[in-house]
Amino acid sequence: MAIDTGSAPTTAPEPPSGAPPQDLVMRLWRGDASGGRFQEYRVAPQEGEVVLDVVHRIQATQAPDLAVRWNCKAGKCGSCSAEINGRPALMCMTRMSTLATDQPVTVSPMRAFPIMRDLVTDVSYNFEVAKLIPAFKPGPRDPDGLYRMAQVDIDRGQEFHKCIECFLCQNVCHVIRDHEENKPRYAGPRFFVRLAELEMHPLDTLDRRDYIHQDMGIGYCNITKCCTEVCPEDIHITDNAIIPLKERIVDSHYDPVAWLGRKITGRPAPLRASEARKHTGAAHAQPPAAATPEPGDGA
Amino acid sequence: MSVIEDVPSPAPRPQPIPVRIGAPRAGPPRAVVLRKDPWWAQPLVTGLGLLAFVVYATWAAFRNGHYFIGLDQARNYLSPFYSPCLAANCPPAVRWGPVTPANSGFSPALIILIFPLAFRLTCYYYRKTYYRAFWLSPPACAVADAGSTSAKPNAFRKRYTGETRFPLVLQNVHRYTWYFTFIFAVLLTYDAIEAFRFPGGIGIGVGTLILVANSVFIWAYQLGCHACRHLSGGNLKKFSKAPARRWIWTNLTTPLNKHHQLFAWLSLMTIVVSDLYIYLVSSGAFSDPRIF
Repeated sequence: MAIDTGSAPTTAPEPPSGAPPQDLVMRLWRGDASGGRFQEYRVAPQEGEVVLDVVHRIQATQAPDLAVRWNCKAGKCGSCSAEINGRPALMCMTRMSTLATDQPVTVSPMRAFPIMRDLVTDVSYNFEVAKLIPAFKPGPRDPDGLYRMAQVDIDRGQEFHKCIECFLCQNVCHVIRDHEENKPRYAGPRFFVRLAELEMHPLDTLDRRDYIHQDMGIGYCNITKCCTEVCPEDIHITDNAIIPLKERIVDSHYDPVAWLGRKITGRPAPLRASEARKHTGAAHAQPPAAATPEPGDGA
Repeated sequence: MSVIEDVPSPAPRPQPIPVRIGAPRAGPPRAVVLRKDPWWAQPLVTGLGLLAFVVYATWAAFRNGHYFIGLDQARNYLSPFYSPCLAANCPPAVRWGPVTPANSGFSPALIILIFPLAFRLTCYYYRKTYYRAFWLSPPACAVADAGSTSAKPNAFRKRYTGETRFPLVLQNVHRYTWYFTFIFAVLLTYDAIEAFRFPGGIGIGVGTLILVANSVFIWAYQLGCHACRHLSGGNLKKFSKAPARRWIWTNLTTPLNKHHQLFAWLSLMTIVVSDLYIYLVSSGAFSDPRIF
């Protein structure tokens, strides 16, 4: 695979009209699985634009074969995730006015995932993890056949519903970004948000703690908070989802007082991970293919 | 790895997430830093801050002197590094114990510092700070982990296991260190109250204000701890069934937790300022101005 790291970007031909000197210089990653490089484009700045607008303008005027994934242009679909000047962000929510335009603006695809083409990545890893989340399991209904929840009980989970699955948190998480060998055993921040939402749901009855500990690999997270820093929905992923899950796992796995309390009061032991696995989508699907080890990963 | 016997150990092997790894990744190699902002500034500043504290705390702990200003000097200030003072060589006015033989020459600080040290070492905020500043794992967001073999083939760490293995799995004792340091917070509050005692009655000196500020920030840090937030109500599924815990979680531990980083640093600084102030006054560098 031939990769040019961008030290000497290739420059697209100047537009026939000629570019004024104050043009924006955009460096977009172009390439596929066989290799890639940054390519420079010059476009005239326009007031009020976001990065996605400029990328679209380049696509419309200079690079019709540029691949870019997008959908709503409103920060709600999570499609246009990329790395802008090296920082993971949504292209549609990053205003050009917030970037220093006296130097080139770099737009690269999310580097934690395999390349498809140009700015588009293969995020199917996330969908495979999603199948492994044990589903919501409510208890019995009230005698009148209804489910009832107090408002104070569901307020806490509302924050987690804001997730748009842009996978920027998955992209920035160094556990898989820099240690790909961990992908088969680590769910990632987005799915810890989902698991926290289920674990804190007032009607849910499934105990996923051992499963989160064993199968979802929450112990790999070293809480450096990058997921929280890049979340475009301002979900406090680390403080409100991951750390509460870690503390629940301390309750179930590392706290001898909690263990003694269970022994004395007769409260049930944490549900085994093997039982929780029966509630995943994967439990009803074909057996997964074995994960391929990364050459030379040393794991 | 589990320490609790009612969780199966060894556990059945987890099923791997069916993902193909080793495919060509998107964008330039991860060792290439594309960020243009000074991403190195935060780990550098926080790392230097922690190092400075370690150096000062080591000096303060082994100093074994000038840590108390008694009523014979018209004040009643005890350094937080030496509270509670448990050694036989502690001044009688502040001695609790003793737990060491007389004339052992053992610094009282060395007996107790393991508890606040363990609390701060396992604190979720400090973990973030030193994993970034010293482990470089990662040094900053979207900057390659120093131990990433896939980003850097010659990386010095050949694998990353996070907090799943010894010794980092010991981070899970955080709540136990919290229990111990709760006692310390109570004692430091007692010291702050004692600092109002002047010859002939109640008074306020600059040292009193420093010790009160130290006590306030210690409590803000202690009660904003993530483990405290969990134990105060975060572990509930239904807040409606526990209104008192819900009130504490909503109005006390969660608001303090939002500023945990701030209080972590403020309390660290007031500990140093308190000790340094008492050392300087005790050693005669200047006298403590009385305000009231």
